[in-house]
Amino acid sequence: MSITAEHAASLAATSSRPAVTAVQAYGNKLGLWNMWVAFAALALGLPMGLFQAAERSGFFPGIENTAVYFASTSTHGVLLAFVLTTFFAMGWGYHTMAHSVNKKPFFGWTSFWVSLVGTVMAAIPLLTGYASVLYTFYPPEFAHPSFYLGATLLVVGSWFWVADMIIAFVQWKKENPGKPVPLVMFMFTMTALLWGWTSLGVASEAVFQLLPVVFGIAPTIDVGLARTLFSWTLHAIVYFWLMPAYIAMYVILPKEAGGKLFSDEFARIAFVLLFIFSVPIGFHHLYVDPQQAAGWKLLHMFGTFMVAVPTFLTGFTVLASMEIAGRLRGGKGLFGWIGALDWNNPFVLGGGLALLMLTVGGWGGVLNAAYTWDVMVHNTQWITGHFHLIFGGTTVIMYLVAAYWLWPKITGNALFSRALAVWQLWLYFIGMVVLTAPWHVLGLIGQPRRVSTTDQYAAFPEYAQMWGIYEAIMIVGAVMLVVSGFMFVYNLFMTHFNKVPAADTKVEYAVAIHEPMRLPNVLNSLAFWNWAMLAYMILSYGYPIVQFFFMEGHHTIPWGV
Amino acid sequence: MSTIHIDPLEKRWLWAIGGMLALFWGVQIYFAAVENMHPPSNVETIESSKMHLSGEFAEENLGVKNEADGSYTVTMVAARYGFYPQEIEVPANTPVKLRIASFDVLHGVHVPFSNMNTMVVPGYVSEVHTQFQTPGSFPMICNEYCGLGHDYMYSKLHVTAGKS
Ligand code: HEM
Ligand SMILES: [Cu+2]
Repeated sequence: MSITAEHAASLAATSSRPAVTAVQAYGNKLGLWNMWVAFAALALGLPMGLFQAAERSGFFPGIENTAVYFASTSTHGVLLAFVLTTFFAMGWGYHTMAHSVNKKPFFGWTSFWVSLVGTVMAAIPLLTGYASVLYTFYPPEFAHPSFYLGATLLVVGSWFWVADMIIAFVQWKKENPGKPVPLVMFMFTMTALLWGWTSLGVASEAVFQLLPVVFGIAPTIDVGLARTLFSWTLHAIVYFWLMPAYIAMYVILPKEAGGKLFSDEFARIAFVLLFIFSVPIGFHHLYVDPQQAAGWKLLHMFGTFMVAVPTFLTGFTVLASMEIAGRLRGGKGLFGWIGALDWNNPFVLGGGLALLMLTVGGWGGVLNAAYTWDVMVHNTQWITGHFHLIFGGTTVIMYLVAAYWLWPKITGNALFSRALAVWQLWLYFIGMVVLTAPWHVLGLIGQPRRVSTTDQYAAFPEYAQMWGIYEAIMIVGAVMLVVSGFMFVYNLFMTHFNKVPAADTKVEYAVAIHEPMRLPNVLNSLAFWNWAMLAYMILSYGYPIVQFFFMEGHHTIPWGV
Repeated sequence: MSTIHIDPLEKRWLWAIGGMLALFWGVQIYFAAVENMHPPSNVETIESSKMHLSGEFAEENLGVKNEADGSYTVTMVAARYGFYPQEIEVPANTPVKLRIASFDVLHGVHVPFSNMNTMVVPGYVSEVHTQFQTPGSFPMICNEYCGLGHDYMYSKLHVTAGKS
């Protein structure tokens, strides 16, 4: 469809835009800036992924370079795992705060600028090869100080956002005694609180262990303690990435599909369970570490299986909501409702594809939860395949869907091209499947993760031979993803400057079949869960951390890369 | 006291989830209690910077030892960028205890197609108990990034036919 300037102007004059409050305008702007930073990180990170897949394969001798590979992988990991995710959560979180409870944050731009300065400070050493320590920066290898300072600022910046979300939540409850906090706000504040607890692990590692070594105050470091503290962060951080994606499934998908949310209460239950179960079980990242005892690993394995429960609930509620929409649209029979859904609607399509990847990736996660299985795949390419599917796939595709939904509402301009969005999402999904399926296989047939070449296997030629075909397929998937990523950013950019006004800029979240009038306190407040988390964390991490203060002779000097 | 609304379908799904959890837990309890499978976890410290001077991890004490009970103990050092000794040989289907410590940074060791997989954390001794089932030569590869030479860090494991 082509539209002339006059036509657009007349459209603009006739379209009735709902009045936006000052608070909402503030939230829109803050949200937009944060999310542009997020998607800039995505646009930069994706081509690096393609480079890595190509470099590693050995098919292109001209680009082989170990130092560049690890600088690239370190940057790719930081951009996608830390920058994209944190800025996206902050952006949509601030937008939610403005639109669901009409609150203006106290630290909005402080949080944005502190995080952004931190990102730049970390990016400089990353890009110049002074921080090739990967996004997990395991000591006793050390990077340039600017990397640690930058990463710390990024986290501190996000803490301002956490504080803002909690303050707004508490204020709204005071003003509306007895009323249920809007579901989307409840879920986002739970996400923020989760991130607060999650980041404490890596923050203590940074403050008490890494920074003292970086600045020459401490001569040595206890690597066992550092890994234990990092594990505290390492699992729940993936839930910090995933929860905004689930929020999109709960509050955007049912309405866009033409139906209602199956249950408001179940959504809340899923979120409090995500909160309480995801932090303590970070311990499972230590399954094959020597510094923790087997009994603790067994206990945490039970907890790790528990964290599948909220995902089972989410899958159920979201699918049931889509089924309602399909039946309302006239779908009949056991599966007829699936065909009745509008798969040319990017929101429905993105949600459906995300659920497919979640189903496959989720079962992979259940396997990994068992240490009897984990010892066979730990640190192999199975792991990178697994998290690209569920993080790069399920999570990111929901971020994209949310962006398609948010941009017209924030900018007031129509989505530049729905068709392009639909093609983009299909390409992303197919690319991710083509990338990650062979990646899983590579892990099962013995390829370790985090290697820039397979030349070392010259002594074992049968391995390199076995791997070649899978590496080749991966590169095809990588190319699709890069193209898809640019289609996405192009579409957003063109929407931002679109002359055609959006038909509907009202921010409306999905409504549940039974909107609750009152809720039990545990599903409507933070305090109980906050105390529960404290107790659970003391139980699960207390002894494993305290033990290090009673051991002898295990500190290590720092090393370069 | 307000109650929440739970659909009968949701109730059934909750039972299904409970059933799955019971299955997951049950399988794992079986492997831990009956098959005696545990992850490598001996919580034993060592002074990394001095370990090469004397004792178990001194150069002359590294390698494969046949124990009185017929099992094998393999002692190795991980150091940028290799595992020492660089070649080891053990029989198939025989209990092997592998003890390995890092001289410098974080490493990991994995033998493909086996459950011989452990992190090697400086300051700690890693211990893995396993049996190799398939005779042949396998790479023992470093599976945790340990610096720019990480790609080339490996040893060779030869599993001989041994007893059946
Ligand atoms: C074009 C698509 C992509 C390709 C080809 C790609 C490729 C890669 C490769 C080859 C690695 C190194 C794996 C290793 O040997 O350990 C890697 C690491 C990683 N990727 Fe991607 N990736 C892509 C997209 C993404 C996306 C969308 C995300 C998440 C939003 C993501 C997150 C990560 C993270 C967190 C790491 C970990 C780095 C580390 O191990 O330190 N990637 N990626
Ligand atoms: Cu190594």
